[in-house]
Amino acid sequence: MCSHITEQAVTVGSAKGPDGWITVDTATVYYDHPYHAPLEHSLNIDLVNAAEGAGTRVAIELSAESARALMRAIHAALAQGEDAHGG
Amino acid sequence: MYEGMIAETISHPGHKGDDIAAYSARPLGNGPAPGVVVIHHMPGWDEWTREVARKLAAHGYAALAPHLYSRLGPGSPDDVAARARASGGVADDQVVGDIGASIRFLRAQPSANGRAGMIGFCSGGRHAYLAACRLPDVDAAVDCWGGGVIVDDPAQLSEKRPVAPIDLTPELGCPLLGIFGNEDGNPTPDQVDRTEERLRGHDKVYEFHRYDGAGHGFFAVDRPAYRPQQATDGWSKVFGFYDRYLRAPAATR
Repeated sequence: MCSHITEQAVTVGSAKGPDGWITVDTATVYYDHPYHAPLEHSLNIDLVNAAEGAGTRVAIELSAESARALMRAIHAALAQGEDAHGG
Repeated sequence: MYEGMIAETISHPGHKGDDIAAYSARPLGNGPAPGVVVIHHMPGWDEWTREVARKLAAHGYAALAPHLYSRLGPGSPDDVAARARASGGVADDQVVGDIGASIRFLRAQPSANGRAGMIGFCSGGRHAYLAACRLPDVDAAVDCWGGGVIVDDPAQLSEKRPVAPIDLTPELGCPLLGIFGNEDGNPTPDQVDRTEERLRGHDKVYEFHRYDGAGHGFFAVDRPAYRPQQATDGWSKVFGFYDRYLRAPAATR
């Protein structure tokens, strides 16, 4: 399907693309057609610097299952890391 | 028989005279050739869109695919599409204006036969339905699995998309062909049925074709959704429809 359902999050950090590191201030997240991944639908994340051009972007397209696995890994890493580092 | 085409990127005035990019594919020769505007899907003005334009040209149509995200560029089509997504998509008024400008551009070509239609995929199918209702000078429209023609949740309406296209059905001014997969989730088979009921209720000229074993976007040869049998039949329906309404000398609106 093509829907306009899109979530956004403010991000503080950096991402590395083919042209090197960029500062990313926004994550656009949606579940829709991928551009590249061989899937009918994918969980897509665009990490961008909103002030830069359209090409200043690191894009991810994941299956729903692997996106959930990634979320679990992020939660686990944050919990362990913050515990270890007193975050 | 000799066959040839020219396929190239061009630019032409779009909505409000804005310069927009477009991909043109047209048969070589003096024509006359009918015109078809190719309306890209939400992932953007991509390789698939260009392939469709070339396919139409190979069948004798002058195809023009306006880059509906032109104003958000420059950049690769996927990067620009990501920007469009992040900004909530493009406004219906602007899209209809761009499509109308592309139709006028096609009609103005020396090799044009004076008739022009359109085909849209996915969100472009919705745009095709919308433009067919709002533009006075379209001779035939093809909606391929356009989601959002019916809006069941009013919260989905927005400043950029303020009206559900289905509500403009009384103004539909040209024959409409619809191609749908029965396993699609947007539009669902129920929504397709309700759209057909509305068209029938307003005595519109239309034909719908529904395919079992097919979901969304089943014409796309490079996607897992591709269904060769259904797609081959679907394309034959598209070209049969255009042959009737874009090549015929007499208007059948």
